[in-house]
Amino acid sequence: MLRVAEGIGRGIVRGVEEVGFAGALFAEAMLWTALGPARRQPVRLPAVFLQMMQIGVQALPIATVLAATIGMMLAIQSLYSLSLFGAEHFATVGIALSVVREFAPLIVGILIAGRSGSALAARFSTMVINQEVDALRVIGISPVRFLVAPALIAMMIMVPCLTMWANLVALTAAGLFVTAELGLSMTAYFADVVAALSVNDLAHGLTKSALFAALVAVVSSVNGALADGGAEGVGRRTTRAVVQSIAAIIMADMIFAFVVTSG
Amino acid sequence: MAVATHTLPPRPTAPEPSGDPVIRVEGLQAHYGAWQVLHDIDLSVEPGEIMVIMGGSGSGKSTLLRHLVGLTRPSAGRIELLGVDITRARYTEMLRLRRKIGVAFQGGALFSSMSVLENIMLPLREHTRLDRKTMEIMARLKLEVVSLAGADDRMPSELSGGMLKRAAVARAIVMDPKLLFFDEPSAGLDPVVSSALDDLILKLREAMRMTIIVVTHELESAFKIADRITVLDQGRILLVDDVAGVRRSDNPRIQNLLNRRAEDAAVDAEAYLRRLTGEASTTSTARNGSARAR
Repeated sequence: MLRVAEGIGRGIVRGVEEVGFAGALFAEAMLWTALGPARRQPVRLPAVFLQMMQIGVQALPIATVLAATIGMMLAIQSLYSLSLFGAEHFATVGIALSVVREFAPLIVGILIAGRSGSALAARFSTMVINQEVDALRVIGISPVRFLVAPALIAMMIMVPCLTMWANLVALTAAGLFVTAELGLSMTAYFADVVAALSVNDLAHGLTKSALFAALVAVVSSVNGALADGGAEGVGRRTTRAVVQSIAAIIMADMIFAFVVTSG
Repeated sequence: MAVATHTLPPRPTAPEPSGDPVIRVEGLQAHYGAWQVLHDIDLSVEPGEIMVIMGGSGSGKSTLLRHLVGLTRPSAGRIELLGVDITRARYTEMLRLRRKIGVAFQGGALFSSMSVLENIMLPLREHTRLDRKTMEIMARLKLEVVSLAGADDRMPSELSGGMLKRAAVARAIVMDPKLLFFDEPSAGLDPVVSSALDDLILKLREAMRMTIIVVTHELESAFKIADRITVLDQGRILLVDDVAGVRRSDNPRIQNLLNRRAEDAAVDAEAYLRRLTGEASTTSTARNGSARAR
């Protein structure tokens, strides 16, 4: 009994430590981005572009497929559930709002957590274990500036871009189903979508996706930095990074929605 | 004593101690959690000297190295490198110091996403405003020094263990440091390659007049390159002396190291049995029980 309590206690302490570490890491990465050039230690743009390529551009095909599927699924479910009340013509509003405010940011966030979060955690933990991070430090290069900041910046730029793309794809895919079922024209469907959405809805979704991006980058970096125990450690840290990233995204999603809609 | 019989190559004599020591360690203590790894380490290294820090595994030599290069903060004590107390130095001071220090890590620790040349150029890119062409030339010069000419465009994964260590040395010396730290140069290498690395270390001291600190568990290598040897055992310094002095030492633990004898010679049979069965208490009750039965 005592041992269980002790275990829980230790777990909580470790958890709080890691959250603190994550916060410090985020702050340091932001500081380097802002102040690096003045100290003649800028965050390297080529590194940022390389990350943007890997995180954003190369994720485009899978993001497209997922967004299209989600859009289609949403259309099918909306039409079915609204048909129970004979309110199919409201489907467009429901679809537009849920895609832009919820589904596109969430699905892109989860995709990035699985795809880039794991890659980041694996790369960082391998570097820690191979003493590459030590080597950076003895050369006098901050690992946060050199490794974390480029990934963080790239994610915070590319994830909202991907989300915007996912919005378009999902709404188009939903439109294909809705127009066929209800006998609407695509033009009329998009006119309904545009009428249903406000700039606020779009900003809500995109801000949220930037938040998810920061969460994935920081959670993965923290897990990479804390790696130990050789190849097995890399695997363990990578898994943890993905699970924690997805959990963080879903919880942040709820909190964000609550805070913004209640304000 | 096979070790003692090999012939030493002609070696430049250690330079006379001139002025202040390059490294001065006073009362250094280190802990991992509650476990004390280093006990009251005092050490000083003269300019131009090759100091070998030697000890078996678990002796604390790697921990000492991590402290010396400023990767880990000590729990107590002072470490002064080139006159700067690194336990108290400010960020910018530390950065300036880092340019005068090179570290070659055990596995090389080259950045796997960069080519060999880019790896070696990295310190120049970060600390100087030289143009790319000049940096390339300087990096190739260092590759020549470590006999790796032509390996420019290779990726670290395409290099052998010995080549990796050479490339790591090239990266460590690209800023012409005053101080070079070398972690386990001979670990994982065959004797020929390892001996060539020892020659490289001697050559570097000769050509670039730097102070070199080598951490190793290899006696042969230590005796070949060292001006002085620090023998570390269980987190304490047993002895600091030149090669002859270490050979002469009658400290039993050093003799064990020299003769590669296993450490705990005297085994308490009773305690050994208890360790094997895992529980001290059960053994004693069992013994009592059998005594009563008799």
